[in-house]
Amino acid sequence: MKQDIMMRDILVDFLQEKIKTDDRVVVVDADLAKCSTTLRLEKEFPDRAYNVGIAEANMTSVAAGLASYGFIPFVHSFAPFATRRSADQVMISVCYAKQNVKIIGTDPGITAELNGGTHMPFEDIGMLRSIPNLVIYEPTDVVEFEQALPQILEHVGPVYVRMHRKNPPIVMEEGREFNLFKAYKVCEGKDVTIVASGIMVSTAKEAALALSAEGISAEVICCPTVKPIDEKTILDSAKKTGAVVTAENHNVMGALRSAVCEVLSENYPVPVRSVGIKEKFGEVGKLSYLRKVFNMESADIVKAVKEVIFAK
Amino acid sequence: MRTERYCFKKASILTERLISYRIILMCHLKKGGKMNDSKVLKELAISIRKDIVECIASIGVGHIGGCLSIADVLAVLYGKHMNIDPKNPKMEGRDRLVCSKGHAGPAVYSVLAEKGFFPKSELLTLNQGGTNLPSHCDMNKTPGIDMTAGSLGQGFSCAVGIALGSRIKKDGATIYAIIGDGESQEGQIWEAAMFAGNQGLDNLIAFTDYNKLQLDGTIEEINDVAPLADKWKAFKWEVMSIDGHDVDAIDKAIEKAKTIKGKPKMIILNTVKGKGVSFVEAALVGCHSMSISAEQKESALREIGGAK
Repeated sequence: MKQDIMMRDILVDFLQEKIKTDDRVVVVDADLAKCSTTLRLEKEFPDRAYNVGIAEANMTSVAAGLASYGFIPFVHSFAPFATRRSADQVMISVCYAKQNVKIIGTDPGITAELNGGTHMPFEDIGMLRSIPNLVIYEPTDVVEFEQALPQILEHVGPVYVRMHRKNPPIVMEEGREFNLFKAYKVCEGKDVTIVASGIMVSTAKEAALALSAEGISAEVICCPTVKPIDEKTILDSAKKTGAVVTAENHNVMGALRSAVCEVLSENYPVPVRSVGIKEKFGEVGKLSYLRKVFNMESADIVKAVKEVIFAK
Repeated sequence: MRTERYCFKKASILTERLISYRIILMCHLKKGGKMNDSKVLKELAISIRKDIVECIASIGVGHIGGCLSIADVLAVLYGKHMNIDPKNPKMEGRDRLVCSKGHAGPAVYSVLAEKGFFPKSELLTLNQGGTNLPSHCDMNKTPGIDMTAGSLGQGFSCAVGIALGSRIKKDGATIYAIIGDGESQEGQIWEAAMFAGNQGLDNLIAFTDYNKLQLDGTIEEINDVAPLADKWKAFKWEVMSIDGHDVDAIDKAIEKAKTIKGKPKMIILNTVKGKGVSFVEAALVGCHSMSISAEQKESALREIGGAK
């Protein structure tokens, strides 16, 4: 069953295949290769997959050096360490120096679960979004991610992949074509637009179903690439529905909500409400508990939708 | 297809190398061989120092101390050791230099101009709006700059990545890096040092510009990096400590470093910040970044002397 396949397996199978067929691909990890399972690449391809140990800053700059030599390095750590811990290296060695490095950060937001607040980045996109030319992509499910990876590889320039390691519910139907730079409709609606990313896409879908029972028609837009954001898809939907709710596994400041509001306020202002982390740090717990604590359940989206429709 | 392309690439790199070796050999013979290396390199160091003074004086202020302190190592690297082609700055398989103490950009620009990577007149555009020569090294702006640097510690990690890349490609290049002694207070220097040592990156030859001064004071009083040689040895590097202003000693150390296999090499250059210009040297801590007036420029150029 496709639903049983882990996101990390999609990633590592892709890298394994590419290392064999594409001279440019190298992998650099920082002692979390067991978690991403890139460790098997280190064993199979010792001259193409490296482990710098617990030194994320070095990992990122070493990758930039490799990129300057014509390689396309994929670096991996948990999302807070791949970004917050090496923010200046991402900024200077990679982006400012225009190096083609792909940064994989796993366990974003509340998906860090039992590792708790220190490992639970709610701010990573917010920190990186103002860096010029960095693409920021949060895969939704394995169907989409499988299609995204070759595009990430061929995109000339740095990409931050904010990736759930496990198997989030599949939202994208098999055979549907995915463009890394396009948001896509998960369901059609006319009363409200819900723009969601990551684990909140399936939650938004659940909310849309609950709303339809109450006679509210919600359009769900999956927006995996928050930078550059697909302005057209968001605006077209907002023009149709006249109200927007954003739903994200991140602080509502700096990431999806901010990007959507920037697009709307400059082009077609409509009422907006948001679901996501609001001025809080992370904490330990299972996903279901954390969703409740941070108001990230489908009921929270339903509530936000009703509010925004009232504000129309 | 890939293999064919690779073989072709390899063959063209070898041909380029043979041509450049031939040019080096011919120049060498013209100059009368090894006997004259020293004289030529000293003259190049003088030219670099003059260029540094000229370009920093043209904007009136700059990191002159740490530029003058690495003039001699740059003369030896670019005057003798580096396999590079000013007409083809991106030549595959070339030797590379990462000036991780990126604020010494003007020193590197000076030697690149001397080698013909761009016209010497361009040196006078240093830090002017729209220039290709920014205060800190930028690989996307300046022909011959192999890596962007400026946020200290990062360039050195990049150099380690470059050396790793060269090893994967088996292209035989030597990767050089220059770090500052103050820069060695950055944790990232030691993250990179540990990884390079454990990887046994013997195509990496690094230099520490050990001028004992940093922006806020002496290295010793701010946060001492001594004993430097012991630290690098402990990180599994081959270490040499020499007079960083003696071109013959630098030349010999690089020659020796190239023969040592299985580990990266650190050549500690004992230097004087501002070397060659007495009022800059005398400024001590104040010479990290200082103003240079037109009169000071003239006096500095007279003091550096040498044939231009």
